Amino acid sequence: MDSDTSILSLRDVRYRWPGRASFALDIADFAIAPSETVLLLGESGSGKSTLLSLICGTITAQAGSVTVGGTDLASLSAGKRDRFRAEQIGLIFQQFNLLPYASVRDNVLLPLRFAPQRRARVAAPQEEAHRLCTTLGLPEEAIAAQAGTLSVGQQQRVAAARALIGAPPLIIADEPTSALDAATQATFLELLFAQARANRSTLLMVSHDARLAAHFDRVVQMSDVTSTLQGAA
Amino acid sequence: MILRLAFRSLMARALTVCMTILAIALSVALFLGVEKVRTGAKASFADTISGTDLIIGARSGSVQLLLYSVFRIGNATNNLTWESYNDIAARPEVDWIVPISLGDSHRQFRVMGTTSAFFERYKYRAGRSLAVAQGLLMDDLFDAVIGADVAATLNYKVGDPIVVAHGLASFVAHDDQPFRVSGILEKTGTPVDRTVIVSLRAIEAIHVDWQSGAKIPGQSTPADVIRQMELEPKAVTAALVGVKSRLQVFGLQRAINDYPQEPLLAILPGVALQELWQIVGIAETALIAVSGMVVITALIGMMATIFSSLNERRREMAIFRAMGARPRVILSLLVLEATLMAAIGAVIGLALLYAGLVVAQPLVDAAFGLWLPIDPPSLRELWVLAGVVAAGAIVSMVPALRAYRMSLADGMMVRI
Repeated sequence: MDSDTSILSLRDVRYRWPGRASFALDIADFAIAPSETVLLLGESGSGKSTLLSLICGTITAQAGSVTVGGTDLASLSAGKRDRFRAEQIGLIFQQFNLLPYASVRDNVLLPLRFAPQRRARVAAPQEEAHRLCTTLGLPEEAIAAQAGTLSVGQQQRVAAARALIGAPPLIIADEPTSALDAATQATFLELLFAQARANRSTLLMVSHDARLAAHFDRVVQMSDVTSTLQGAA
Repeated sequence: MILRLAFRSLMARALTVCMTILAIALSVALFLGVEKVRTGAKASFADTISGTDLIIGARSGSVQLLLYSVFRIGNATNNLTWESYNDIAARPEVDWIVPISLGDSHRQFRVMGTTSAFFERYKYRAGRSLAVAQGLLMDDLFDAVIGADVAATLNYKVGDPIVVAHGLASFVAHDDQPFRVSGILEKTGTPVDRTVIVSLRAIEAIHVDWQSGAKIPGQSTPADVIRQMELEPKAVTAALVGVKSRLQVFGLQRAINDYPQEPLLAILPGVALQELWQIVGIAETALIAVSGMVVITALIGMMATIFSSLNERRREMAIFRAMGARPRVILSLLVLEATLMAAIGAVIGLALLYAGLVVAQPLVDAAFGLWLPIDPPSLRELWVLAGVVAAGAIVSMVPALRAYRMSLADGMMVRI
């Protein structure tokens, strides 16, 4: 895939965690096209978290290039990388990572606080947060509640709404269904896919669960992406 | 929204935060309370005597004259002759003059001979006059009015007899001429509380049968006879003077200090009180230092609280980072949080201080004669409050910088 047309591209990337000489992540070539949905499968310790940190720009590759939306992350200062991440990437975590003391609405609106362009794409943020929550299946009364008081399934929906608000070009989901039962998993994925398609967002989901493969345009094994991988991350 | 989230984060840790705020509030209240007591004590000290323009005594040092004439501490090096006293009293600048005669004692308390004008002219705490709590002022020659501390310490009531000892710490008593407690004064917080006051004539009366500091053997003049005698003192220890015009104070002081008949000293009570306060100022400094240490301890406690909460808040900080917050936002949030806690602590501390003052003011006044004014916060106190808030922000930089580094190291993938 041509990196000029891809939303995400990693070329000849090399990363070693400081102080952990036994681990190295080397990626020769990995790219995702706009609006594509990709499942990245890998076992625990296969370097998935390191790869996501590289894509999000919280760590920078010691060699090679990580390009998101045509921008090489290495060309950005740390501050600009933070802003870029907020603008370009919606994140869904395995453990949801909501602020438990904040309301559902505030949790969903949080990324817009740090991403002016993303905020500009939303004409009425409060209403959009409300729409996303209800579309993802949250009951009305839950929207004003504290996030920490919701059930696991509801919290994952809030996390999805937070990633989707402002239609970021790239959505990264790190094992988002691991805490959900099979029925809830399917419903959640359907809703997530529908919203991602509606926003024309690209979806990269990392998981160790191969049963999810049927939902995605493409399935990539972590071992196929990494040319050399030692140790654990 | 960030401020609202920071506030909600604080609320989510309400118990820890409240304990920290309480520690700061108590420290601030203690510090400001010590300040109030210090300034109150200083003001009370400066108001030990007011309305008196000059104190006159034999030539010595100004502090020494103040100590023995007002505080009943130490002794006069010499006396002021009755002729000189009358000469000064007759000067046109003098509005009033009150003689003071010291030298005898009752138990551990000084006995002071004076005239009834003392009760009219002696003022304390911005012009307050002495008031009788029980009984009456002296009517008979052998009546004594006692201060509140004398009555409380010796458990005296009106009508109780008092035998005055000759001199200080003397075993020789004027037991042939006992006094009777005619009145007990209200608490003033001044040395008057620890004084037995008798008339100037009574001081002469109890020494009728004495010569050269010793009782004349076999001589005992009956009290009724003494009452009929012309009892004019030969000398007094000191005199309190009020002048007709404040403009004449320095002129009269100079004239008395240059008095040709005998070496005298006239002092301005306010100036001498300031000199004396400077001598005891080291205790004041120590008091401030101790209360300052209390505030510093509370701030270090706050820093420790923030430090201990950092680990449990790593996920919170990672979430902010994942949403695009820069590390300096994390740093700012922690500093803001600490500043907010310090500010709330300072305000609650101030409220605690005033609540404490409302309750304690009459009690402290009654028990110690120390008047703690309930005034709006002074500029100095406001600076102290601002200093506490600023110090809170500064000490929070230490854990905030650690959080900054942690948020950089954790990125957004922290799993706790």
